[in-house]
Amino acid sequence: MIGGLFIYNHKGEVLISRVYRDDIGKRQAADLAVFSSSWPFLEERVNRRNAVDAFRVNVIHARQQVRSPVTNIARTSFFHVKRSNIWLAAVTKQNVNAAMVFEFLYKMCDVMAAYFGKISEENIKNNFVLIYELLDEILDFGYPQNSETGALKTFITQQGIKSQHQTKEEQSQITSQVTGQIGWRREGIKYRRNELFLDVLESVNLLMSPQGQVLSAHVSGRVVMKSYLSGMPECKFGMNDKIVIEKQGKGTADETSKSGKQSIAIDDCTFHQCVRLSKFDSERSISFIPPDGEFELMRYRTTKDIILPFRVIPLVREVGRTKLEVKVVIKSNFKPSLLAQKIEVRIPTPLNTSGVQVICMKGKAKYKASENAIVWKIKRMAGMKESQISAEIELLPTNDKKKWARPPISMNFEVPFAPSGLKVRYLKVFEPKLNYSDHDVIKWVRYIGRSGIYETRC
Amino acid sequence: MPAVSKGDGMRGLAVFISDIRNCKSKEAEIKRINKELANIRSKFKGDKALDGYSKKKYVCKLLFIFLLGHDIDFGHMEAVNLLSSNKYTEKQIGYLFISVLVNSNSELIRLINNAIKNDLASRNPTFMCLALHCIANVGSREMGEAFAADIPRILVAGDSMDSVKQSAALCLLRLYKASPDLVPMGEWTARVVHLLNDQHMGVVTAAVSLITCLCKKNPDDFKTCISLAVSRLSRIVSSASTDLQDYTYYFVPAPWLSVKLLRLLQCYPPPEDAAVKGRLVECLETVLNKAQEPPKSKKVQHSNAKNAILFETISLIIHYDSEPNLLVRACNQLGQFLQHRETNLRYLALESMCTLASSEFSHEAVKTHIDTVINALKTERDVSVRQRAADLLYAMCDRSNAKQIVSEMLRYLETADYAIREEIVLKVAILAEKYAVDYSWYVDTILNLIRIAGDYVSEEVWYRVLQIVTNRDDVQGYAAKTVFEALQAPACHENMVKVGGYILGEFGNLIAGDPRSSPPVQFSLLHSKFHLCSVATRALLLSTYIKFINLFPETKATIQGVLRAGSQLRNADVELQQRAVEYLTLSSVASTDVLATVLEEMPPFPERESSILAKLKRKKGPGAASALDDGRRDASSNDINGGVEPTPSTVSTPSPSADLLGLRAAPPPAAAPAPAGAGNLLVDVSSEGPAAQPGLGPTPEEAFLSELEPPAPESPMALLADPAPAADPGSEDIGSPIPEADELMNKFVCKNNGVLFENQLLQIGVKSEFRQNLGRMYLFYGNKTSVQFQSFTPTVVHPGDLQTQLAVQTKRVAAQVDGGAQVQQVLNIECLRDFLTPPLLSVRFRYGGAPQSLTLKLPVTINKFFQPTEMAAQDFFQRWKQLSLPQQEAQKIFKATHPMDAEVTKAKLLGFGSALLDNVDPNPENFVGAGIIQTKALQVGCLLRLEPNAQAQMYRLTLRTSKEPVSRHLCELLAQQF
Repeated sequence: MIGGLFIYNHKGEVLISRVYRDDIGKRQAADLAVFSSSWPFLEERVNRRNAVDAFRVNVIHARQQVRSPVTNIARTSFFHVKRSNIWLAAVTKQNVNAAMVFEFLYKMCDVMAAYFGKISEENIKNNFVLIYELLDEILDFGYPQNSETGALKTFITQQGIKSQHQTKEEQSQITSQVTGQIGWRREGIKYRRNELFLDVLESVNLLMSPQGQVLSAHVSGRVVMKSYLSGMPECKFGMNDKIVIEKQGKGTADETSKSGKQSIAIDDCTFHQCVRLSKFDSERSISFIPPDGEFELMRYRTTKDIILPFRVIPLVREVGRTKLEVKVVIKSNFKPSLLAQKIEVRIPTPLNTSGVQVICMKGKAKYKASENAIVWKIKRMAGMKESQISAEIELLPTNDKKKWARPPISMNFEVPFAPSGLKVRYLKVFEPKLNYSDHDVIKWVRYIGRSGIYETRC
Repeated sequence: MPAVSKGDGMRGLAVFISDIRNCKSKEAEIKRINKELANIRSKFKGDKALDGYSKKKYVCKLLFIFLLGHDIDFGHMEAVNLLSSNKYTEKQIGYLFISVLVNSNSELIRLINNAIKNDLASRNPTFMCLALHCIANVGSREMGEAFAADIPRILVAGDSMDSVKQSAALCLLRLYKASPDLVPMGEWTARVVHLLNDQHMGVVTAAVSLITCLCKKNPDDFKTCISLAVSRLSRIVSSASTDLQDYTYYFVPAPWLSVKLLRLLQCYPPPEDAAVKGRLVECLETVLNKAQEPPKSKKVQHSNAKNAILFETISLIIHYDSEPNLLVRACNQLGQFLQHRETNLRYLALESMCTLASSEFSHEAVKTHIDTVINALKTERDVSVRQRAADLLYAMCDRSNAKQIVSEMLRYLETADYAIREEIVLKVAILAEKYAVDYSWYVDTILNLIRIAGDYVSEEVWYRVLQIVTNRDDVQGYAAKTVFEALQAPACHENMVKVGGYILGEFGNLIAGDPRSSPPVQFSLLHSKFHLCSVATRALLLSTYIKFINLFPETKATIQGVLRAGSQLRNADVELQQRAVEYLTLSSVASTDVLATVLEEMPPFPERESSILAKLKRKKGPGAASALDDGRRDASSNDINGGVEPTPSTVSTPSPSADLLGLRAAPPPAAAPAPAGAGNLLVDVSSEGPAAQPGLGPTPEEAFLSELEPPAPESPMALLADPAPAADPGSEDIGSPIPEADELMNKFVCKNNGVLFENQLLQIGVKSEFRQNLGRMYLFYGNKTSVQFQSFTPTVVHPGDLQTQLAVQTKRVAAQVDGGAQVQQVLNIECLRDFLTPPLLSVRFRYGGAPQSLTLKLPVTINKFFQPTEMAAQDFFQRWKQLSLPQQEAQKIFKATHPMDAEVTKAKLLGFGSALLDNVDPNPENFVGAGIIQTKALQVGCLLRLEPNAQAQMYRLTLRTSKEPVSRHLCELLAQQF
């Protein structure tokens, strides 16, 4: 039960303030006069200058950066997320499910992004009426409601309600749809071309020792679907989940041997609310009626048999007290026909660096003093290739005896395959009422593997 | 110092600072700083020489970054390089960086010291000043060691510039304060004193600060400064406001220097040289005169500066304490400030007056302001000022105005701040006592005090009242009357009840003539408060009651009734219980003569230092010190106030309740519910009193048994050989035991001797000893009447199958027991096997023709045959585990019926017969015991564990023996004991 929601800019000024419950920041000054002497100091502060200020003082302007996303000030909990320079804070006095609050905040960000793009101070100021309207809709008395962008867009429009020329009939449909069983999709959607897009987005995280030993690695992935389908289609999604493959393999033994290599073990996964969980539990099949437009079908995580797209081989040599020689080799480790993009290698430099000379064979490399790192960028790189950079770092002798901690070399990239090995086997669409079949639907599948925290110690 | 000229402004620095200020977030700021640091590092790399300007600029940037809170670990070298520059601005930045960022890095410190040394020797006054400032700012020990010798030389050198001298004096002061041992004293000290004659006022000001600090340690070295300071002061004081140009502050000439000079003079006694003294007095008078002049400016700075000099002058006058004229003038001047608009001024005036009041010359003068001070106490808004006013009232009090001041303070007490109430209570108590003209006023005052602020009246205060009332005959009657009236208030403070109880107990007879305060009225008045009071007060009231019995015999019955009531006699508090029991016995046993002797009026207390004064001293209130000085001054005039004479005795007044009977010292070792645990006092009373009869009344156990001590002469062998024929249950008709038999017997579970039974005819005493499975018991039958008992036959009966379990042999006793006499019977007991029910003792006799019969349970229980066994923790736990069958264990959880005292419990468990094992149970609160029950047929091992829970007032008792019924029986027996 969220008591209130505030949006601040980077200075701590309140851009949006919506209070759902009286328990936060509404205590009367008269009460305080009676109790203030016996109350703890902070309690007083929260009530007198109310919750809005308490968050600003204790989190945004805190002397030490506040790392915890949950802050408790005088029995009031503040849950915050930060998007660029904008702080979203949910406030409550009750013992709420923190995961629910954060889920709501992220959803809120998604909804706002869907309505007006990037979440920035300017955008929020320009759309404040819309945001209040959205807040009224997706949070009732502090309880989260339907926050499905597709559904919201049907009745909260940016052009104003008149421009849509909604009929009475359509309006009544909204009510039945929002309160109905399938709240995320309205009836009577029609497309001339039935089309769907499936994106498998993965981010691969790695920590590797200087000797090339994997210390920890995992992939967190999302399956995002964009559907433009008519009617109320029933979809079924299949992928190379190890359990499913093995179950099928029982019948046909030869298939097991063929596809066994390609199946992946999924550690855990979560689904969009449209997925029928009971069916997943019993048959492990993913069937659903998709919302119209873009949505995230599932989220998953794998830790086994990860394809590491790049290998980083660092070589650091200290030449006396005032010089450091660094050589870094990167090797791409995927099919030569594929191309990795947006490759960026970040090599940290000591804090007393006074000068850097870099030589690289491919791409561009630059010493960025403001970040204390050498940043090496390569636009494109095919699989099974190798590239190298060498740098000479000059150091200034300091009277500080502390040794340089040697932070890990980190890397960013984008590859056109799923590092977890996930493959979409099928996505079937059934629409019994309308006369189009699975074959008529145009389907697009795309795999994107991105780097998460991809680090190699040096 | 020359300001940084425009052309010298560092543009790069300004740009950097404005960049930082424009950063939108912390991250952006850090990025900008990282970039700048990298830039500076690349510039400092050393491959190309930097010019002084860039070096200065980058060092400045580093300093700025450091002040923003980031670590700086380079650039020190460049800063040191700047020190050797010839440009003032570069040198200045270098020194600034070093003052802020220096750490004890050895190599750098050497370089820095070298640079400083060069600058000190440079003869360029600005550079010398910079170096001196740096030394003072760093002030580290290393610097002190390096330069402590040089600075005095610069200070007294004839060719040093004024500004250098000034800096050197302050730098030396700083070093001296940081590490006094480093600054060498030498011939320069004499020359420092002569700096007071310097033309330059700044040098003089700095020098005075230095001398004031130095002369605290060795005043003799700087004695010559007095005359110089006086002449300097007189020159300043007499100068016109325009004479000193730069050093005139809002029309006041050199106020700081004046104040410092006056402070310096306070380090020394009044000058002996008459001329100097005359000049000084003249100065002081001038200052006082100037205070009367109309202000030259309306600005607050003007009056502040003027008043600063004035207050410092007054403290000097007070310090000298030898010029009556000046003291009185100072007092009058302060008197004007008492009503000043400025709160600070009023505060300072009151504070100074407090010290003035202790001077014999100005005491009278201070007294004239009493009304103003009282007014301040009442109307002042600021609490600290009110506190000072209270202090001053206390300090100015003497016999002439005591009544007024005390009554004002009492009135103020009702509204005073809680923080200072206790102090005021103490002060009122002391003043009332010290300046009491007649004691009725004193008593009134203290009772008022208790009434108004009872909570803040400490023990010392009311003890003191009682001491004084006890010591003064003339006031006793009045005190009793006043206390009686005060107690009639529907709600009065507990301290009032204490005082009232004590005084009425002692002197209640003085007002008993009045029917309105007749003895029963007095008693009922006191007793109506009894139940509302704490234990200590109740104990005191009980003592008052017993005194009432002595004073007013007619109240005896009522009071005995009160004492006898269960709430006293069985009170949970040992002290109250003991007092009730003893007082009850005392009142019923002792004759009036004895009572009158025991409960005589308290003798006068020895004269002691007032304990209140001692308490105030402990509190160390700001006004207390001066108050104690008063004591010294007034000592000669204390003819009737003996109490305040400061005798060295520090004995605190003992509690009056302890004085009354001196009982507190000896609490009984065991709080047995029987009246047998009385102390020595009762024994004395009963042995000396003519009416005391052995065997009558609850005679103490010891006395009883000592009379019976020599045991029967018969040899045990003879007894064993002669089994009692009466021990046949079939032949005699035995009645069932009297109802209280169980209870009587339970008293003997943990002890072997005592009174088994008593009624108006007969008393039966028991003395027994047990060894292994054998026991011997002596029964003493005492005839309490004066008539002979006829056909007296005690018999022992074994109900049920006890016959097979226990063998008891008795010896026949004489059939006649004379009045007042007693007979003795010996029982030999042998335990054959374990038994549960005790044997019965049936006593039959004829008293005045009527047959009497009585059946009791003999106090022989299975635990009497307990043999204590010592064992180690390991053994204990091993055996404990061996006896783990459910039927072998008996456990009971029960509520404590007696106070839970570890010592008493221990004694009971030992009396029960088991050995107490220490260090077995991990919880030291718990008791663990072990023993073997010896019977002829078998031995039963027994382990017990008792876990008291003081919070819940519960016990848990666990017993494990090898025989089930024994466990249960022992458990039940023992459980009843706690």
